[in-house]
Amino acid sequence: MMLDAGGEDEEKWLAEGIAGLQHNAFYMHRALDSNNLRDALKYSAQMLSELRTSRLSPHKYYELYMRAFDELRKLEMFFKEETKRGCTVIDLYELVQHAGNILPRLYLLCTVGSVYIKSKEAPAKDILKDLCRNVSWVFNIPFVVSSLGVISLKSVGISCLILVRSMKDGGNWCGWLGNLEHASVGKRHCMIATQKGMVARDGDGVIDAVEFVLQNFTEMNKLWVRMQHQGPVREKEKREKERSELRDLVGKNLHVLSQIDGVDLDMYKETVLPRVLEQVVNCKDDLAQHYLMDCIIQVFPDEYHLQTLETLLSACPQLQPTVDIMTVLSQLMERFCPSFFKWKLFSKLSHAIGKVIDSQPDMPIVGAISLYVSLLTFTLRVHPDRLDYVDQVLGSCVKKLSGKPRIEDNKATKQIVALLSAPVEKYNDIDTALKLSNYPRVMDHLDHSTKKVMAVVIIQSIMKNNTHISTADKVEALFELLKGLIKDMDGTQDEELDEEDFKEEQNSVAGLVHMFYNDDPEEMLQIICTVRKHILLGGPKRLAFTVPPLIFSALKLVRSLQGHDGEAVGEDVPTTPKKIFQILNQTIEALSSVPSSELALRLYLQCAEAANDCDLEPVAYEFFTQAFILYEEEVADSKAQVTAIHLIIGTLQRMNVFGVENRDTLTHKATGYSAKLLKKPDQCRAVYACSHLFWVDDQDGIKDGERVLLCLKRALRIANAAQQMANAARGSAGPVSLFVEILNKYLYFFEKGNPQITSAAIQGLIELIVTEMQSDNSTARPAADSFFASTLRYVQFQKQKGGAVGERYEHIKV
Amino acid sequence: MVLVLALGDLHIPHRAPDLPAKFKSMLVPGKIQHIICTGNLCIKITSRHSFQEIHDYLKSLCPDLHITRGEYDEDVQYPDTKTLTIGQFKLGLCHGHQVIPWGDLDSLAMLQRQLDVDILVTGHTHQFKAYKHEGGVVINPGSATGAYSSITYDVNPSFVLMDIDGLRVVVYAHELIDGEVKVDKIDFKKASTNQSAP
Repeated sequence: MMLDAGGEDEEKWLAEGIAGLQHNAFYMHRALDSNNLRDALKYSAQMLSELRTSRLSPHKYYELYMRAFDELRKLEMFFKEETKRGCTVIDLYELVQHAGNILPRLYLLCTVGSVYIKSKEAPAKDILKDLCRNVSWVFNIPFVVSSLGVISLKSVGISCLILVRSMKDGGNWCGWLGNLEHASVGKRHCMIATQKGMVARDGDGVIDAVEFVLQNFTEMNKLWVRMQHQGPVREKEKREKERSELRDLVGKNLHVLSQIDGVDLDMYKETVLPRVLEQVVNCKDDLAQHYLMDCIIQVFPDEYHLQTLETLLSACPQLQPTVDIMTVLSQLMERFCPSFFKWKLFSKLSHAIGKVIDSQPDMPIVGAISLYVSLLTFTLRVHPDRLDYVDQVLGSCVKKLSGKPRIEDNKATKQIVALLSAPVEKYNDIDTALKLSNYPRVMDHLDHSTKKVMAVVIIQSIMKNNTHISTADKVEALFELLKGLIKDMDGTQDEELDEEDFKEEQNSVAGLVHMFYNDDPEEMLQIICTVRKHILLGGPKRLAFTVPPLIFSALKLVRSLQGHDGEAVGEDVPTTPKKIFQILNQTIEALSSVPSSELALRLYLQCAEAANDCDLEPVAYEFFTQAFILYEEEVADSKAQVTAIHLIIGTLQRMNVFGVENRDTLTHKATGYSAKLLKKPDQCRAVYACSHLFWVDDQDGIKDGERVLLCLKRALRIANAAQQMANAARGSAGPVSLFVEILNKYLYFFEKGNPQITSAAIQGLIELIVTEMQSDNSTARPAADSFFASTLRYVQFQKQKGGAVGERYEHIKV
Repeated sequence: MVLVLALGDLHIPHRAPDLPAKFKSMLVPGKIQHIICTGNLCIKITSRHSFQEIHDYLKSLCPDLHITRGEYDEDVQYPDTKTLTIGQFKLGLCHGHQVIPWGDLDSLAMLQRQLDVDILVTGHTHQFKAYKHEGGVVINPGSATGAYSSITYDVNPSFVLMDIDGLRVVVYAHELIDGEVKVDKIDFKKASTNQSAP
């Protein structure tokens, strides 16, 4: 591109330009001196033609321009003289229009125009208007627009400057203090613009001035918007950058308007604002719209905005959809914030927005909602304490939405989400949002998937702020908002459901349950019942996620009651562990009926242990029964069975509430199922684990050494069987490790003082293992070897300990 | 010097919504060389949106992550027990619900012998413990979320940082009590006699 050329070339071009200019100026002077009007026009036009270059940088161009400008002053003097000699200024004005090239013609017109104005032969405003038309007409010629876009803009500035100068000299109606601004933006481009609007001294002149600036604004804006379409597509980004740099020049016009003394509220309301908005809306350019709306708000006083709210707001929905009206309006509203009259502002704004929306029934729903969003943003900022206002805005939105079909428009949906997210974000406390009666009603207008999005937003807010929901009523209200996640909505079963998304949503609901908390047991029970009511509606897929947190929340409540000795108070106490256990039992039952039996079994065991701690034998027994039933009927996978039976044994081992009979029944079941596991090693391990059911260290009642020994012997038999099976099946030694494990169990009970476990038995077992290991040297068993070695080391360690322990170990030889 | 984070029994979201924020702010990527987790993380999702799964979170702290399976873990890929060697120490990892009676030190000692490890890390009881036992160390990091437990009342969230240096391991037990993190330091030295096993 030529403008990119280096400085040397530019110097050359400038020198050429100046030479050409001086050459023609010389002949022009001669013509002026000899009063030869025709030649003067001819050479001045040729001189001005030197400005028709796009090769120079702004700086150089400016230098060239200033030289031409000086020469034009001489021409202007000449024109003035000429009118005194009898040539009418109108004739001159006509004459210069014959100049062949646009740019020279424009400059000449301006020069004559200046004389024309001063002559007062015609009203200044007419002349200005005519000039403006000429200037804008020039811009409309494709040639100029495509090749001289920038220069044309300069021309606007230049013509204005000349006019300004003439007006100042006339001094009568308006002084336009213009200054030529050499704006070197974007490195290359130059803009020369009128900068300062000055005092208009008589009433008539104000209108002229306003009219002129408005026209100038309109034309400049059009040009500015059009710039983006000029030149190759690949430079679009660059052009956009340039455009945004040039925007201030367009905006200056608005600034000038605001500075003209005579622009009072009436004129602003009747003329200025409507005309400016008309241009803003019509230009259909998002960059321009956003900037100019912002400009309007910034340059005119608050009071004007206050009186013209409706006009301003009504333009908003007509802007391009990409324009962020909310930011624009919130800027406006922000301006109002410090004002002392803010108390009445809400109703004013609310009223204005309502009126705008009512008066435009065709306004797309997204436009209306975005107005409400900005009003809500304003309200939350200025009146954070006025929940009624917030609710009122939501209410208006509900009114607007009611009767309309469910919203499908993506943009409108986004706006509603913004509307609903604003209070949640502002208060950082869902408690507050829950007080807004219209909140769920707005949510009802969302489609199912957006409802879920909104529900996730709400949950995240609660989690992030660690908000505790402390009453059942609030939980109820919250679940109303979250129902999109809590249960299947009508007619949405077929909706394509992402499994991972679903899990994530349900996990977030599960996490949420922990945020419901109240110290008061009664209220807490109410909360639990409320949660239960809702999650049981969730259907089989959700229960596995939502039931566990509820169970554990209830178990925590049970534990807190234990501390308070609640049962001593009497029958009337509404919140008793017993009652909670009933609820728990029914809840887990729901879970076990869906295919989550393993989880249900674990939860039953948790409850059994909690019931044990509350000294409720029948309850605990019932839970154990349920666990066993699930084990028998539902847990089929052999690996799952191993884990389940260990959990059963582990839990049962800790139970102390059972009487002999119940305990016998349960331990009998547990050992029975242990011995029936599929794999022999699993059988063996479960059976030796059962030995602990008959020997509980810190309880007096259960120290049944004989049955401990029975278990261990049974485990030994299974280990033997496993050994033989392995020999038969694979021809190799079986798991020696099992024997070492049993040896360790022998040692355990030996140390605990179980009289049935003798040192002779241990000695025998050690020798058995040694034999086993020697009989099969071929197989590498590093794990079993090191296990045995460390066991023997342990025996050694105990022997050396001395005292009672050492004495017991004395007879074992290793 | 190697820093090992040991934690477990998070039970998210069954029993707690998330790790305590105080812990999260302490645990930053790049400081820890190994993480050992006894299990019961509970949730198993690959999170693409808002909630970062705890597995991914731990992985982001340190890619060398070892997990054993708790009874609430759906991920069947986690093993029941795991051993690893860090410096001079052999570590064993197990959730602990398989070791009956639960939390019983003598029974855990049997597992320690079985795995033949210097340091055994188990969970399940939600109670922080660190014992020197028969020349080895038995550690329970407690529940990182302070999750409800049928075994332990009044569970405080806790985790353990182990600083392994030569024959010495310093256990820093972190416990969240009334919103403040309390750190206890326990020093262990590996008996050199223990090393010379035949």
